[in-house]
Amino acid sequence: MTPVVEIRGLCKSYRRGDQEVHVLMNLDLTIYEGSFVALMGPSGSGKSTLLNIIAGIDRPDSGELRIAGVDITTLSESALAQWRAENIGFVFQFYNLMPVLTAFENVELPLLLTSLSRRQRREHVEMVLDLVGLTDRSEHYPSQLSGGQQQRVAIARALVTDPTLIIADEPTGDLDRVSAHEILDLLASLNGSLGKTIVMVTHDQLAADHAHVIRHLDKGVLNDADQPAPAAV
Amino acid sequence: MTYLLRLIFRNLFRHPLRSLLTAVGIVVAITAFGLLRTTVDAWYAGVEASSSSRLVTRNKNSLVFPLPLHYLNKIRQLDGVSKVSYAEWFGGIYIDKKNFFPQFAVDGRTYFELYPEFVVPPEELKSFLLDRRGVIVGRKTAAQYGWKIGDLIPLQGTIYPGTWDFVIEGIYRGIDSKTDETQFFFHWEYLNEITKKTNPDNADKIGIFLVGLKHAQDAPLIAQRIDALFANSLAETLTETEKAFQLGFVAMTEAILLVIQAVSFLIILIIMAVMANTMAMAARERRAEYAILKAMGFTARFIVGLILGESLLLSLSAGAAGIVLIFPTARDVGARFGTLFPIFNVSTQTLWMAAGAALLVGVVAGVVPAWRAVRTPVAEGMRGMV
Repeated sequence: MTPVVEIRGLCKSYRRGDQEVHVLMNLDLTIYEGSFVALMGPSGSGKSTLLNIIAGIDRPDSGELRIAGVDITTLSESALAQWRAENIGFVFQFYNLMPVLTAFENVELPLLLTSLSRRQRREHVEMVLDLVGLTDRSEHYPSQLSGGQQQRVAIARALVTDPTLIIADEPTGDLDRVSAHEILDLLASLNGSLGKTIVMVTHDQLAADHAHVIRHLDKGVLNDADQPAPAAV
Repeated sequence: MTYLLRLIFRNLFRHPLRSLLTAVGIVVAITAFGLLRTTVDAWYAGVEASSSSRLVTRNKNSLVFPLPLHYLNKIRQLDGVSKVSYAEWFGGIYIDKKNFFPQFAVDGRTYFELYPEFVVPPEELKSFLLDRRGVIVGRKTAAQYGWKIGDLIPLQGTIYPGTWDFVIEGIYRGIDSKTDETQFFFHWEYLNEITKKTNPDNADKIGIFLVGLKHAQDAPLIAQRIDALFANSLAETLTETEKAFQLGFVAMTEAILLVIQAVSFLIILIIMAVMANTMAMAARERRAEYAILKAMGFTARFIVGLILGESLLLSLSAGAAGIVLIFPTARDVGARFGTLFPIFNVSTQTLWMAAGAALLVGVVAGVVPAWRAVRTPVAEGMRGMV
């Protein structure tokens, strides 16, 4: 199995007033292609910071960070933005869809950064909306959709560019139990059938149970050793 | 680009009431700005309409002191002078003091030759010259009071006491929109004839000489020569270009003009603050959306386009409506001013300034939120989502 995320000796700290807060300390982590990893830990343990660093929206203070073979710490802001557009799909707790765009338009949004024609974009969007079971809701605005449906749109948006990595930050945190299950099943099926690598932050043990690998973070330190590749799990 | 425009347009209507109220504010501000600028322009209308090839000679001590008519021949004989005429301010009242329009006793034979901008039909001018009580009146004043040729107009004299009867013999129109069409011209000879009987000391005296030049560039030299002619006399003269003469009147009310100008700019500043607040609120609410867009790989230029585009769309569309409204408002206000402001036209410069103000409001209101949105790190912007 090919490693998608390779982290060695990663450190990150913030200044809060006069104090320096160490959020991640000398962290090592490897995530293999096609795996579904859950990052768990109490609030303030650094899991969202780690997720942001993996996604290229935050930078580490030190350490090695290679995503799909690219050392993203050396990329400029614009190159990093381009890299994110091509490699990362985001799913957030509060869906974060553009309220003024329809489900179709929201899913189409990341494709505007590609060179696809309008027709090709439509085909891609229709395909992923079908995949998440929302073909009949494509012209609905987010306010006309349930929480679960909005999260499905967000997943479709994350998928549409066929990214290397899907980053999911508490994807079921704002959903009822039934919808949460549907979303987790959907993520698991995307991982299983399409082989998508997923890194998910969650507080919820039931959610984490859908992942192949569970890693615990506490006070900026990963408590358990790297898990083997999915095939070995 | 289409997508960006679609997003901008839809964002603008996310809070319709807020956008509508801001737009109404901009419309009112731009209309008020245009109206105030038009008022300032109206003040300067006389200056704008003045000719560079005419001089005005008045008593050096003050405009209220007259000059002897016999100066006329001496001025006329100077090299470079093409024509000389004269005029006297009458200052009469038509029925009521509020019915103001400028009245001048003029030398009918020369005055209209020197002022070709007052276009009088030849047959009316001929009738005027034949009638000692005849009057040529501007069409704006004639229209305001419903006068027509042949009407008898009584004026109550203030400087020259008594009731003065005049007969409308002609109605002039301006050669262009800058020409004052409110004036009332009658024969100085008629005025002098009565003055000789009622106040002989004031007879054969006029208020100002109007000097036509062969070449406009000779104005400073000829002005000096005229004043030199009458130096050390009982009535020394001060000769200046028509523009300088008119500016002298404007200078008397300069403080009012400064206040009007200051208020016009203050209005723009206020609406700029209102608009900036609207945009700041909108950008604050969408902080997480900008973070998501950046996370997805959209560039800073896209984010700036989104915020600045919305700000400009609002300010320019409302500004355009405000500019359109300047015209009927100025027409209405101009009509209410009547003959007080003979020229009350919306100038092209005012329109450009109003458009510039709308553009400035849009840019200033959008720049700070756009800069903030771009500068906010993605991770920090996302923290705002929770």
